[in-house]
Amino acid sequence: MLERSIAAVRGIGHRVVDGVWRLGYAARFFLATILHSGVSFRRFQLTIKEIYFSGVLSLIIILVSGLFVGMVLGLQGYQTLQKYGSESALGTLVALSLVRELGPVLAALLFASRAGSAITAEIGLMKATEQLSAMEMMAVDPIARVVAPRFWGGVISMPLLAAMFSAIGVFGGYLVGVVLIGVDEGQFWAQMQAAVDFREDIINGVIKSVVFGVAVTAIALFEGYDAPPTAEGVSHATTRTVVTSSLAVLALDFMLTAFMFQGI
Amino acid sequence: MASDNLIQIRDVNFSYDVRPILKGINMNIPRGKVVAIMGLSGCGKTTLLRLIGGQIMPTSGQVVVDGQVTTDLDSEGIYALRRRMGMLFQFGALFTDMTVFDNVAFQMREHTDLPEELIRDLVMMKLHAVGLHAARDLRPAELSGGMARRVALARAIALDPMLIMYDEPFTGLDPIAMSVIGNLVRKLNDALGATSIIVTHDVQESLQIVDYIYFMADGVVIAEGTPNDIRKSDTAFVHQFVHGEIDGPMAYHYPAPGYAEDMKVGGAHA
Repeated sequence: MLERSIAAVRGIGHRVVDGVWRLGYAARFFLATILHSGVSFRRFQLTIKEIYFSGVLSLIIILVSGLFVGMVLGLQGYQTLQKYGSESALGTLVALSLVRELGPVLAALLFASRAGSAITAEIGLMKATEQLSAMEMMAVDPIARVVAPRFWGGVISMPLLAAMFSAIGVFGGYLVGVVLIGVDEGQFWAQMQAAVDFREDIINGVIKSVVFGVAVTAIALFEGYDAPPTAEGVSHATTRTVVTSSLAVLALDFMLTAFMFQGI
Repeated sequence: MASDNLIQIRDVNFSYDVRPILKGINMNIPRGKVVAIMGLSGCGKTTLLRLIGGQIMPTSGQVVVDGQVTTDLDSEGIYALRRRMGMLFQFGALFTDMTVFDNVAFQMREHTDLPEELIRDLVMMKLHAVGLHAARDLRPAELSGGMARRVALARAIALDPMLIMYDEPFTGLDPIAMSVIGNLVRKLNDALGATSIIVTHDVQESLQIVDYIYFMADGVVIAEGTPNDIRKSDTAFVHQFVHGEIDGPMAYHYPAPGYAEDMKVGGAHA
């Protein structure tokens, strides 16, 4: 009995130590990625290629999701606003919801599922098939050549995707609110223009999406780089990327919102 | 004056955590020779290659490559040394997102400022040397195992290295592909004036092409000599290994308390 208890406590201790060690390793990995980013900018075509894979190839899912989210916002917003005779504020509701919250957050969650999982699987398989070792043996640093361009590709893509999500979402709200239901078009756009502040709303939304881009891409890269070089290892790492980065996005969103809109 | 040995391994010990992998290894790899390191899977052969390439450092002892002690070098020194090495990995380790051409050109583009026209000519020469210049536009997924190994070999010799290391180059190949790779190893070594180390457990193919052999078991060198010495060796392990005998010092079963005990039958009828 005593032996079992000791073993259980020892097990907990090992898990805690492993967890802290992994956190430290992730921090060192992130720092190394930043410090070895020179190549990503000197040979910017490497980063552009990753912007294509992470950003351009995510466009379909981002645009389609954004359109539907905007359309749902239009419907739900109209239902509530008409009770108070404020249908004309529909444009404001749709735009602020998207620019402040839904655009950055949903785009980041979709980005984690599509691009984040792909990055983890790719890096994990490169490790499992010794491509990263081969690169090291060719005197090419894999952090500088493989990891850093993907990191910056993700960080640059994320705010652009979030902006497109918000833009197409506003269009979706317009389609439902103005074209389908018949809200006054002039009121829809004029109230939106008057209510949305460039610094308070747009810039804060962009800051959020940059932070989410850093978090999701860093998590995806680390999970791939740290994955055990087996099929099972890569599969678990890919799952962890989606789960961890989704939770990180939601937690970061709460913290950023608390800081950004505390005066409201 | 440069030593006759390109690589000297002196009293090298290496452990993963507390598990010893190499125990007091001493080896000399002479310049211009093809040397094989043989032994069963898990005896520390690949670890030795990683030590020579500076990917890991010995727990104690020295690895001297072309007069430079790897433990004395910083990461830039190690990278400078690796630029003069080529390595063929067990399954090629070709970059799957690049064509055959781009794989071979990879190091040239990373480490030199050569114009693209010159790189093209050099890559075609390297691919021609392994008989695959026509496969330049294929992707690694479109290659057979033997072709992938030859492309990886062309990539390993891209910058005319002083040392070429082969990690199990014959694994999973058909007999023809095996002979092709074996001949290439020998010919390229002699043509480039390089030195080669082959880590393998393929005895018959290796004995035909190498100049010298080290036999390893359980982290130590247990025999060494020329192919003729090895063929005639009366060391029990070497004899068992060379002739592929089931009975010998290397047991077939993984060490265990006993089959009968595991099956809980008391041992009488095991």
